[in-house]
Amino acid sequence: MSMFRIATRLAALGAAAGFVMAVSGLQAKPLTIKLPEETAQFKPGPNLDAVQTNCTGCHSADYIQTQPHGAKFGKDFWTAEVNKMIKVYGAPIEANDIPKIVDYLATAYQ
Amino acid sequence: MIDRRSVLQGGVALLAGGSLLGKSTLAFAEETVTLPFGNGARPLGKFPQKRTMIVQTSRPPQLETPFSVFNESVITPNDAFFVRYHLAGIPMEIDPDKFTVEIKGKVDKPLKLSLADLKKMPSKTIVAVTQCSGNSRAFSDPRVAGGQSGNGAMGNARWKGVPLKALLDKAGVQAGAKQVVFGGLDGPAMDTTPDFAKALDLDHARDGEVMLAYAMNGEDLPMLNGFPLRLVVPGYYGTYWVKHLNEITVIDKVYDNFWMKTAYRIPDNECACVEPGTAPKSTVPINRFTVRSFITSVPSGAKLKSGNVTLRGIAFDGGTGIKQVDVSTDGGKTWKAAKLGKDLGNYSFREWTLPVKLAAGPHDLKVRATSNGGKVQPEKAVFNPAGYMRNVIETTSVTVA
Repeated sequence: MSMFRIATRLAALGAAAGFVMAVSGLQAKPLTIKLPEETAQFKPGPNLDAVQTNCTGCHSADYIQTQPHGAKFGKDFWTAEVNKMIKVYGAPIEANDIPKIVDYLATAYQ
Repeated sequence: MIDRRSVLQGGVALLAGGSLLGKSTLAFAEETVTLPFGNGARPLGKFPQKRTMIVQTSRPPQLETPFSVFNESVITPNDAFFVRYHLAGIPMEIDPDKFTVEIKGKVDKPLKLSLADLKKMPSKTIVAVTQCSGNSRAFSDPRVAGGQSGNGAMGNARWKGVPLKALLDKAGVQAGAKQVVFGGLDGPAMDTTPDFAKALDLDHARDGEVMLAYAMNGEDLPMLNGFPLRLVVPGYYGTYWVKHLNEITVIDKVYDNFWMKTAYRIPDNECACVEPGTAPKSTVPINRFTVRSFITSVPSGAKLKSGNVTLRGIAFDGGTGIKQVDVSTDGGKTWKAAKLGKDLGNYSFREWTLPVKLAAGPHDLKVRATSNGGKVQPEKAVFNPAGYMRNVIETTSVTVA
């Protein structure tokens, strides 16, 4: 019984303290978040290292994985995407890596 | 008492153990959902301040609202509200006591205001939908590159904040000003990537409706929805609703960064459409929502019992409000007007309901909204190269037994 009372008092004190904080401080705490660990992975395939080096600095693998599949989404599609990353988003991709990346994407993500 | 306490503790320990086990199982055999289009499998995941969401992409995060949420309430809860970033440099910590927003450029008196300053000003509250320009892009026919969202990159919230007009008036916009540019704390992972910023014409920025929101559904905004301050542009696509808004710059020309001049453009014609495989002759920045409606009470593929059932859903447009919602249970041959729910304003989702009687067999349920502006959803989807602004009449196929 005594333990119960102490616990109750502590709880009451805690509540009072919380109330005081809420009233005295319109001071809000900094909001901090932590994003979950990335789980999306690239599919295995030739030249995967060129993709990992050049693409993952800016985005996760699911940006590639979720794109539409099918005949229209082969080499031309991926060439346009890689060029967009370079010209529009300023990805520092070396010229001789471009065909490697396109080959990998067009093969692994059919 | 002691016995009771230890039992309680034991209970807690068990629960904790259970949830740990649950989490590790989840991480291993990732739970997925398959959206109804090709390559539609997506993991479900937990992000800060969010319930389980459809993870379109993880870095930068694009989280889609599970569609069943839209049947829970006309207001989309903060923890289920969709998330869409372009650039991976998103803020991980913000101290609201130190946060400021600047109003600068072609103004007489540049301002730097804290959240407390903003909260002292007369406030405005509006219920408004924000929707990603590429909401439903994965249904585009033919398919196009970009974020492959189903229909859940939209949400409806009660936003509270300060009208932008009040701030611009306080700063004193100078003669010759043309546009207002908005920048947030999020930025690119690499310096070579164009930073995200959007612009509105001055008259639009000063219309009294565009506002800086510090509260969403009566609470602080979740970090991933733009804490602590976000631009609200009622009726306009989400691309303009700049998150973590800290820079407002009045300029005397038309802003021409990548995000205005190249991206988020639509064909400059009545339907904002072109024939697939062709390029538009000219384009304009994407702007107001097209009119849309959905059935929320029944998912496609559902098996229903024959007899009476009340169908329910939502409709919205770019700000004229919803005039009428019609529902068909026979694939569009006949239509019946639904009853509209409470009017929360022209920018909100509008609930609709309709009791129907369904006989046994397959049914294509369709819903078609008409706006007060006289626009009606089209029977056939229109195409544009970026897969924006989908608003075809939706079909929900069910089997009745």
